[in-house]
Amino acid sequence: MTARSAMLAAAVEQGDIGNIGLAASGILVAVAVAVSMWRRLGLERDLLWAAVRALVQLLIVGWALQLVVDPDDPLIFAVLWIVVMVSFASWTTQRRASEVPKVLPLSLLSFSASAVVVLGVLFGFGIYELEGRTLVPLAGMVVGNSLSATVLVSRQLITASSEQRGVIEGRLALGLTSTAAFRPHLREALRTALVPQIESTKAVGIVALPGAMVGLILAGVDPADAVKVQVSVMYLVLGSVATTTAVMSLGISRELFTPAQQLKRRPGPPPD
Amino acid sequence: MSSRDVFELVGVSAGPSAAPILRDLDLDIPANGVTVLAGPSGSGKSTLLRLLNRLDDPVSGEVRWRGRPLTEWDPTELRRCVAMVFQRAPLFPGTVLENLRVALPEVDRERAVHVLEHVGLSGELLGHDADTLSGGEAQRMCVARALLTEPAVLLADEPTAALDRSSRETVEDLGRQLADSGVAVVWVSHDTDQLRRLADHVIVLTDGSVRAVGHLDDLDASDDPVVRRSVGSPS
Repeated sequence: MTARSAMLAAAVEQGDIGNIGLAASGILVAVAVAVSMWRRLGLERDLLWAAVRALVQLLIVGWALQLVVDPDDPLIFAVLWIVVMVSFASWTTQRRASEVPKVLPLSLLSFSASAVVVLGVLFGFGIYELEGRTLVPLAGMVVGNSLSATVLVSRQLITASSEQRGVIEGRLALGLTSTAAFRPHLREALRTALVPQIESTKAVGIVALPGAMVGLILAGVDPADAVKVQVSVMYLVLGSVATTTAVMSLGISRELFTPAQQLKRRPGPPPD
Repeated sequence: MSSRDVFELVGVSAGPSAAPILRDLDLDIPANGVTVLAGPSGSGKSTLLRLLNRLDDPVSGEVRWRGRPLTEWDPTELRRCVAMVFQRAPLFPGTVLENLRVALPEVDRERAVHVLEHVGLSGELLGHDADTLSGGEAQRMCVARALLTEPAVLLADEPTAALDRSSRETVEDLGRQLADSGVAVVWVSHDTDQLRRLADHVIVLTDGSVRAVGHLDDLDASDDPVVRRSVGSPS
């Protein structure tokens, strides 16, 4: 047994809380339920449902992950997993921002582009070994962390195209191209999506310990090693949010205008 | 200005394709002096104006300017030749100078002061935040901004509707002054007093169709009471 696999085995042993440990952690759900009953919040059923649902979902994911993380499994299973994740994220974006034109193909393009760029860097530079065990969780981080920002930027662009119509047409009427006329609104939407990520990146370690690092430390990994992984994950999140929102917003901008540099009219009263 | 500067509309329908506001319009709009588009609300005045610089396209038919279909013009080039001011002056973030630079990025302070003074504003306003301008000042600043593109035509979509009386008169004077200096003005107005002060030519629209076209004197002599009412003819 190599030193690395011995360390991993020890980590796994330390990190395995067992079924009894898992059941005991459920006491904390009972505490939350008790608080809800005590203050008559009426959230008992929601709390129990959320706790059970999270357990079942993660058990299923854990079981499914076993199919792709074994070094002997073909990498194609991991790739298929990513395709499913990207598709589900795109479908979710479509559901949450249904007013966006061509939202499904644009989301598919954005999440895929982000996955290619971010995973390309992480594996292309040999930061992580290319195997199912690394590919699936990292792709999950790319898609999961970009989802909210993508919905946010999409909705903000649509709102701007409607509420700021007068200003946008004011710029078009001065002979600006649609790209130039919409640029300030695009910039604002991208800033809105990226600033929270930048702020949480700045606050990491001071306000809260990030999840990946906590998980690794609990699993027995040396904190210094856990920090390195965490930092790479934070950079991954920044890169993926920036890439996904940039591709999405550029795609939406193109959909908002005609080739004749006209702002398309959305349902509503026409001019006099 | 040649007769080819005229806007020609041939079989134009425009507005939502399911229920066009303008229907099968054949019309020549003179591109000299001040042409006022008049008519009741919903008659299609603004819809028509927006076709002339391609902020919108007709659902059928063709619009031509200087003998060329508008679809053959580069839209950005067309809009710099056929400028537009709106009922609600769209102010961009930043100072008055920054607003002017949206139209002409290379404009220097000297030219910016000159164009402001041309529309009756003080050059001292250059450094002011555009948001702090009064309604009348904002509208005149928008005209100044549009003039920086050196347009041949200025489209004005009820530019005084949101202004008080004194600002309204100043903007009207500016419209007249521009027309006298060779910039053709096409002006949408609900206000018959304003129409009578400004118009060299009048086009009356009702229900998306042309009701009458002509000089004010001709329309005052019309037998059609709708036309006479639309141009505020003395009873």
